[in-house]
Amino acid sequence: MDTLLRLVEGPLEQVGRFFQLFWRTLVWTFRPPWDFREWIKQAVRVGVDSTPVVLLTALFTGMVMALQTFSTLQRFHAEGYVGSLVALSMVRELSCVLGGLVVAGRSGSAMGAEIGTMRVTEQIDALEVLATDPIQYLVVPRVWAATLMLPLLVALADGVGIAGGYLVAVGLLGANPVTYIESTFLYMGLSDITSGLIKAAVFGLLISLIGCQQGYYTRGGAEGVGKATTRAVVVASMAILISDFFLTKVLF
Amino acid sequence: MSGAASDTTPARLAASQPKIRLEGVEKSFGSKRVLAGIDLDIERGESMVLIGGSGTGKSVLLKHMIGLLHPDAGRVLVDGQDLAQLDYREITDFRRRFGMAFQEGALFDSMSVHDNIAFPLRRAGWKRGEVEDRVDRCLELVRLQGTGEKMPSELSGGMRRRVGFARAIALEPQILLLDEPTTGLDPVMSAVVDELILDLKHDLDATTVTITHDMTSAFRIGDRVGMLDRGQVIALASPTEFQNLTDPRVQQFLRREAHGPLSEGK
Repeated sequence: MDTLLRLVEGPLEQVGRFFQLFWRTLVWTFRPPWDFREWIKQAVRVGVDSTPVVLLTALFTGMVMALQTFSTLQRFHAEGYVGSLVALSMVRELSCVLGGLVVAGRSGSAMGAEIGTMRVTEQIDALEVLATDPIQYLVVPRVWAATLMLPLLVALADGVGIAGGYLVAVGLLGANPVTYIESTFLYMGLSDITSGLIKAAVFGLLISLIGCQQGYYTRGGAEGVGKATTRAVVVASMAILISDFFLTKVLF
Repeated sequence: MSGAASDTTPARLAASQPKIRLEGVEKSFGSKRVLAGIDLDIERGESMVLIGGSGTGKSVLLKHMIGLLHPDAGRVLVDGQDLAQLDYREITDFRRRFGMAFQEGALFDSMSVHDNIAFPLRRAGWKRGEVEDRVDRCLELVRLQGTGEKMPSELSGGMRRRVGFARAIALEPQILLLDEPTTGLDPVMSAVVDELILDLKHDLDATTVTITHDMTSAFRIGDRVGMLDRGQVIALASPTEFQNLTDPRVQQFLRREAHGPLSEGK
């Protein structure tokens, strides 16, 4: 019984801290002063700076999707559906999940490392002493920047992924451009796109909260910062994949 | 200033209450007992110096006074207010009356020296011009004019400490907590910092608590000197009295002896 308790204690503490941080983030979001310069700085770091790598991921994912589905569907003489398949896969699933994983690796880790370093060098204590709540100053801008920027990134990734599929199917495999474009939009509804974007926003929230949480509770010097950074990426990636299943179940 | 006022006025009553009161404060980290029941009153306008070997709980005690740490047992009262009773929003406002300089400076490494010192001023809603004037003045006080645009990583340890000190005094706090402000400074700079502490005390009637290993500085700035060992206050006296205490632990510390009661059991 004792070992069982010890086994679940750690994860439960993490979950408790996650929701506590989420609650405090909500409370401080609506309390002045608002440091909009910090919000914009974070939005640029999560959004603008991640754009090239997210778009590159989306482009090649779209391209390989077209390559794979074309050769598969060709066996059933159903090449005409490649466009639909690529487009629906991208907007419903691949853009947001892969985009989320890339941002978790780029920005989630940066948040963990940065806030973790501030913790071990007493900069977080210094913030508190200077009458500034560290949650308000550090966590609130990062969380909302990621939650708002990730859907925008994913919207761009949707377009680039579909374009990548078109390039390969039409340019490389000789599909008919008109049929391809027609089939791309034939079965796609607005809800396919919005559900992908809603998922992206949730992933942004998870990545930033987990990154900030791991950094905020860092202990033990450089080694602690290293561990926090690793955990920020691993936990966020797991959270994305697991929540993706449940979100998909609820949204579609 | 208002010393001549009648003893029964409310202001006088408030002034007679200690600025910081520690009642039976205990704190452990895991199995390590760091503070083992500390009782200490620090009066308004007093300069208290805390000395003691490394790892005797001095920094931990300082962090209790500003509510960065909360005691496992006992109470910390500042202006009669129990810090543990404040929620995290109230304590943020409460801390505006404090200034604190950390051991390693704890400067924000993503900001320039100027922005570090300007940080508390901007947060307190000062206007741009006022901020500039005050930052220049603070840099001048710690003799670091012209370093405003530097980043903390470009500074030496001693300079970082002085910037940390400048940031702590920027808002002219009522209570100033200083964790080894003169460690790593050359003798002249140490004297400058000592003088700044004394000036703050005289000009603003600020209450200061200073941790130091620098005995010259301790006896110069302290109204009272307290010594900590194994999480307890083992001696507390005015500088002149302190030097004449017969407690062997105090004498070992003052004479810088390697062997004695302080080093036993370590």
